[in-house]
Amino acid sequence: MISAKQHISVLVRNDPGVLQRVSGLFSRRSYNIDSITVGVSEKENLSRMTVVANGDDDQIRQLCNQLRKLIDVIHVEHLSNRPAVARELLLVKLISDPATKAEMNSIVQTFRCSIIDVGMHSIIVQVIGDREKNDAFLQLIRPYGILEITRTGETAMARG
Amino acid sequence: MITELPISGSEILLRMLLLEGVECVFGYPGGSVLYIYDAMHGNPDFRHILTRHEQGAIHAADGYARSTGKVGVCLATSGPGATNLVTGIATAHMDSVPLVVITGNVPTDLIGTDSFQEADIVGITQPITKHNFFVRNVEDLARTIREAFYIAQSGRKGPVLVDIPKDVSAAVTKFSYPEQLLVRDLTPREQVDTPTQIESLLAALRASEKPLILAGGGIVYSGASDALIEFVKRTEIPIVTSLLGLGGYPSEGPLWLGMPGMHGTYAANQALIQCDLLLSIGARFDDRVTMKLDQFAPHARIAHIDIDAAEIGKLVPTSIAICGDAKDILLRMNRFLTDPLQVKRSWVDHVMAMKREFPLSYEDSEEVLKPQYVIEMISRTTNGEAIITTDVGQHQMWTAQYYRFKHPRSLITSGGLGTMGFGFPSAIGAQIGNPGKIIVSINGDGGMQMCAQELAICAIDRIPVKIVILNNETLGMIKQWQELIYDKRYSHIDLSGSPDFVKLANAYGVPAGRATTKEEAEKLWQEALSSPGPFLIDFVIAKDELVYPMVPQGAGLQEMIVGGKPR
Repeated sequence: MISAKQHISVLVRNDPGVLQRVSGLFSRRSYNIDSITVGVSEKENLSRMTVVANGDDDQIRQLCNQLRKLIDVIHVEHLSNRPAVARELLLVKLISDPATKAEMNSIVQTFRCSIIDVGMHSIIVQVIGDREKNDAFLQLIRPYGILEITRTGETAMARG
Repeated sequence: MITELPISGSEILLRMLLLEGVECVFGYPGGSVLYIYDAMHGNPDFRHILTRHEQGAIHAADGYARSTGKVGVCLATSGPGATNLVTGIATAHMDSVPLVVITGNVPTDLIGTDSFQEADIVGITQPITKHNFFVRNVEDLARTIREAFYIAQSGRKGPVLVDIPKDVSAAVTKFSYPEQLLVRDLTPREQVDTPTQIESLLAALRASEKPLILAGGGIVYSGASDALIEFVKRTEIPIVTSLLGLGGYPSEGPLWLGMPGMHGTYAANQALIQCDLLLSIGARFDDRVTMKLDQFAPHARIAHIDIDAAEIGKLVPTSIAICGDAKDILLRMNRFLTDPLQVKRSWVDHVMAMKREFPLSYEDSEEVLKPQYVIEMISRTTNGEAIITTDVGQHQMWTAQYYRFKHPRSLITSGGLGTMGFGFPSAIGAQIGNPGKIIVSINGDGGMQMCAQELAICAIDRIPVKIVILNNETLGMIKQWQELIYDKRYSHIDLSGSPDFVKLANAYGVPAGRATTKEEAEKLWQEALSSPGPFLIDFVIAKDELVYPMVPQGAGLQEMIVGGKPR
C-alpha cells in the first residue's frame, strides 16, 4: 500500500481543549500530520476540522478509529475515499521591486490570485488553491524575493 | 427532583455520587476540596476512606472497580494532590478500568495565574483518561458527574477525571437531576457487517485444522466468562488466556493451555506458533503476549472480536473483524452453533500432550522457601476462591503461573502499565467491594515499599487484607534481566537494608509474621487466614530464583528459555 496524502473531515463539539485532544492524539500515536484546520460548522456548537495526513489505507483507518474514540468527536469522514475538493489559503509577502513588477503581476494573474496589500517596499499576495497549486506558485515567485509566508493548511469538503 | 433550597456544588457532588450508587470514595483532603470535605462532615450516608497518599486512593479505587465491575471513585485536591493521581489514572487507562476521578482546583479567577497548588490536571491527564472535564459553572456540575459515570462505563471502559474549581464547589444553586446528557451515545453500535462476519468466523472455524482462542481482559470486563465456557465446550477449541484474561476461563477447564507470552507456558506459546486460525476475544495483542510481532502466529489467519474498533488491525493484520461486546457476540455465536463444530482430534490431542509433557515446573527445596511453593500453597488453601491482587515483577508472574484462577475478577493486576505500588492499595479497594471474600495481596519487597503507608488504613478501618511479601531482598525481575541479558552486571537492584516488614506492620497495628521454611509458611498462612483482621507475612524466599519460561524481549515466541534443569 502506497503512502499518500489523505483528507479527513472531523466534526467535533467546540468545547475548550478539543483541538488539543485531537492534536495530542496525533502526536502521542506518532501519526504523520501535514495540517489541521478548524472552524465553526453549519451546526450550532459543532466545529469541523480538516486533517491532512500521510499514510496508507490501514494507517488512515486506524487514525480514523482512534479519532472516533474521542468523546468530543461526533463524526469522522475519510474524504480521500470519495470525490472531494480541498483548498488552502496562502499569504505571501514579496519584495516590491519596480524592475520585476510586471513579471510578478503576470504570475499573480496566471494563478488567479490577488494582491491584498501594497506597501512601500513590499506587497502581500493572497493565493487560494489546493496544496500543489500553492506550492507551484511559491516555486515560481521565490526568485523575486519572499519576505514571509503564512498558510492555513487545506480545508476540504466532499463533492455533491 | 428539584430541591426547595439552593445547595452548594459540594452537596450536589455528594448527592450525585450517591445517586450513581457509589458505596465508597477513596480520598485525601486539601485546600481546594475543603468545601467538598465540609459537605461530607456529618453526612452518614457517605463513606470515605482516608488513605495516606493520593496514589493509595486511586489504586484502591481501581481495585474496587476491577473486583466488582462497578465504577471506582477517588477524590484529591488541586496541584500535588491531583498530580499524585497520575500514575493510577494511567494504570486504569491502560487496563480499561472504569473510574471517576474528582479533583479540586484553585478558584476560577486564579486559574492560569500559577497560583498556590495550581496544576493543569485536565491538560496533564488528557492522554491518560478516556475523557476529562473542567467544570466552569455550578449549573453544569450535576450533569457533568452523570456524564463522567456514563463515559467511564460505556463501550470500552476507562477513567474519567472531573476537575472542580473551589468556587464552583462553594457556589450554590437549585439542584435538579440532570435528565439530559450532552454526550453522544457511546453504546457500541452494531456494525452492518457483524452478522456476515460472525458467519465467516464460524465457517473459518469449521474449515480450520488448528484453531486457537486467545481470551483477554475483555472477557472479564464484559461478563462473558459463562458464554466463553459454553463456546469452548461446544467447539472444543483449545484456549489460552492473557494476564488480564486469567480467571475469564477457569484454569481447571479441560482445554486451557495457560498464559502465553514472555513468561507463558510452553503449550500456550507453541499453540500460538502452530495454530492456523487465531480467534482473539477481548485481547489487544500486547507486546508481552506477541513478543516479536513479525514472528507471531506465523501460520494463522487472525479473527478478532473487540469492543474497540481501533484495536482491530492495530498491530496484526486481521482477516475477520467483529467489533462488539464479547459477551453479546459469544452468545450469538453459541446460538448459531446448532451442530457441534468438531475440531480435529489430532490438534487437540497434540496441544494437550504439550501441556502434559511441558508443565510449568520449578526445583523445590527443603532448605529455602521457593516463591512458587508459596503461591501454590495460597492457591491450594484458598481453593482458587480468593481475590488476588499483585504488584509488578517476578511475584506477579509466579502468581499468574501458579495460582489456579477459577473465576473472573479474581486477579487484580496492573497488566498494561506495569505499575509498582499497585498491589497493596488495590487489595484494600477489592476488600471494600467484596467484604465477605478473602483478599490476598501478593507483593515483592520492592513494590511493597511504594505504598506501604496504607497499612494504616488496614488497621484503622479493619480491612482484613492478607498481605503477602515474597521477599528476596532484590528487585527480582530487574535482576533477572541483568543476569540473563546484561551478563550479570547487577546495577542498583539490591534492596537489603529494607525495613523489617514484620515490625513495620506492627508499627501500624497490623499483626505480622515471618516465614523462612515451608513449615513456618504453612503455619503462619493458616494463622493469617483464620485471623479476622489484616495480617502481613514476610516470606523470605530463595534469592536467586528466576521466572521461567522466558522469551527475551526482541525474540519471537519460539525462542523460549526454559530455565532450570532441562526438561
